Amino acid sequence: MHDVFATQTTHAGAGGAAMLEIRNLEAWYGESRALRSICLDVRDGEVVTLLGRNGAGKSTTLKSIMGMMRKRAGSIKLYGEELIGCASNAIARKGIAFCPENRGIFSSLTVAENLTLPPIVRDGGMSEEEIFDLFPNLRERLNTGGTKLSGGEQQMLAIGRILRTGARLILLDEPTEGLAPAIVQQIGRVIRRLRERGLTVILVEQNFRFAETLADRHYVIENGNVVDSMTNAEVPANRDKLAAYLGV
Amino acid sequence: MILIFGVPIQALTGQLMVGLINGAFYALLSLGVAIIFGMLRIANFVHGAQYMLGAFVAWFLLNLPNIFPGLGLPTIGYWVALVLAPLVVFGVGILIEFLFIRRVYDLDHAYSLLLTIGLTMVLEGAFRLKYGSSGQPYEIPELLKGGRNLGFMFLPYYRVWVVVVSLVVCFATWFMIERTKFGAYLRAATEDPILVRAFGINVPLMLMLTYGFGVGLAGFTGVMAAPIYQVSPGMGQNLIIIVFAVVVIGGMGSILGAIISGFFLGIIEGLTKVFWPEASNTVIFVIMAIILLVRPNGLIGRVAK
Repeated sequence: MHDVFATQTTHAGAGGAAMLEIRNLEAWYGESRALRSICLDVRDGEVVTLLGRNGAGKSTTLKSIMGMMRKRAGSIKLYGEELIGCASNAIARKGIAFCPENRGIFSSLTVAENLTLPPIVRDGGMSEEEIFDLFPNLRERLNTGGTKLSGGEQQMLAIGRILRTGARLILLDEPTEGLAPAIVQQIGRVIRRLRERGLTVILVEQNFRFAETLADRHYVIENGNVVDSMTNAEVPANRDKLAAYLGV
Repeated sequence: MILIFGVPIQALTGQLMVGLINGAFYALLSLGVAIIFGMLRIANFVHGAQYMLGAFVAWFLLNLPNIFPGLGLPTIGYWVALVLAPLVVFGVGILIEFLFIRRVYDLDHAYSLLLTIGLTMVLEGAFRLKYGSSGQPYEIPELLKGGRNLGFMFLPYYRVWVVVVSLVVCFATWFMIERTKFGAYLRAATEDPILVRAFGINVPLMLMLTYGFGVGLAGFTGVMAAPIYQVSPGMGQNLIIIVFAVVVIGGMGSILGAIISGFFLGIIEGLTKVFWPEASNTVIFVIMAIILLVRPNGLIGRVAK
């Protein structure tokens, strides 16, 4: 197992200053402590995955970055700017977008309304036409109720709507969960396209086979701590260890 | 004399008109309550007192020279009051939301119920202390005095104005919520305020403005009602229970449900006064009980989360 802090220094430091620096991040659900001491770095343009078993703290880490946890402590810096005291609407305005695990499609809104709901926070986001090129199904269903879409289409909508915003850091929480293989491949293509556009992606994923085809680096989270990290090139040599971490 | 179901047509159309007027007020007030409940999940029992406040602000504006003698203040009439009073009540609503309501968003409905009932007691009590229980007169504006004899009934212009304005305001509010970007934010925030906030939308500010708007609607209704009913501290007390029944029948939080059931129940109540006067005070509650048994989410209710 790597020394976590040393690993971070090695991996994150190799390409210059980190876009996102998280140090000693703690978070609570009521009295229950969900994150104990998360430390990780993400560089500009990277795709980084958070791996771990259910309940390890992966989704909570994303929610904490987004300011959606009521109680959190530690340090989260975006380009050196501290986010820990910011409200989640202010964090989104700094260029971070979040796609939740449950997709968060609003039933009282049409597909078109869902798609245009998140405000544009920066220039450089995708146009609706570009989003329809990525997800052609959405074009045909614009006036349909958001939750009338199939699971795959809802996931496309959930990802598509945050690509409009111009956010430079995209947080994706289990985007392939429960989806057919063809849709999973489509979402994989979209994530590669995001990287080509220079966007940074943090991906929470249970499907490691999917994650390793996309990611530059991986962090393993257990019991609210980062317990290991590795580059994608180091994965083949660590397959058994990863299998033990993930219980597969 | 023309009879319909054994009732003179004058009596029937007269009560229909009264029903329509009451329906207009029910619809406007229910709309505010439905918006506040639908978007904030707050049962705003202080709505009746806020309606009273709107009427009193209009009355204050009309009587400024008498209330503050020697200051040389002008009399501000109905038309200006129709804009100014709702704005004042909107401001009061914003203050109430900031000081009290936001503290109970995450608590059980019982807390908001107790809080708003308490606020009602304080507001109405303060006005009763100062002005007693009797009503203050408020004149119909010159432009809308009088009416037209249609042969089978006399149609007062002011009452027609109330119905038309009520329909316009109800439609505009429905349009804002169902067809605009701001309305989409509101509807989304009703479902998942935490996620909507994580999209970069200032949900607490939006909730505050929404509460202010709902309360401002109550103030607007109060100004509209001032020339018809007397301006008195208890004017909202009599109405608020009916308004909640209307909202439940329409579907808690349903904008369209509140508007339709407001007018519909006003008319039913008016007709009941003709055919079975003894039942006119209870007919709305009987309908509410039946609707709750048959369609617990109301006539056009979105399922409350």
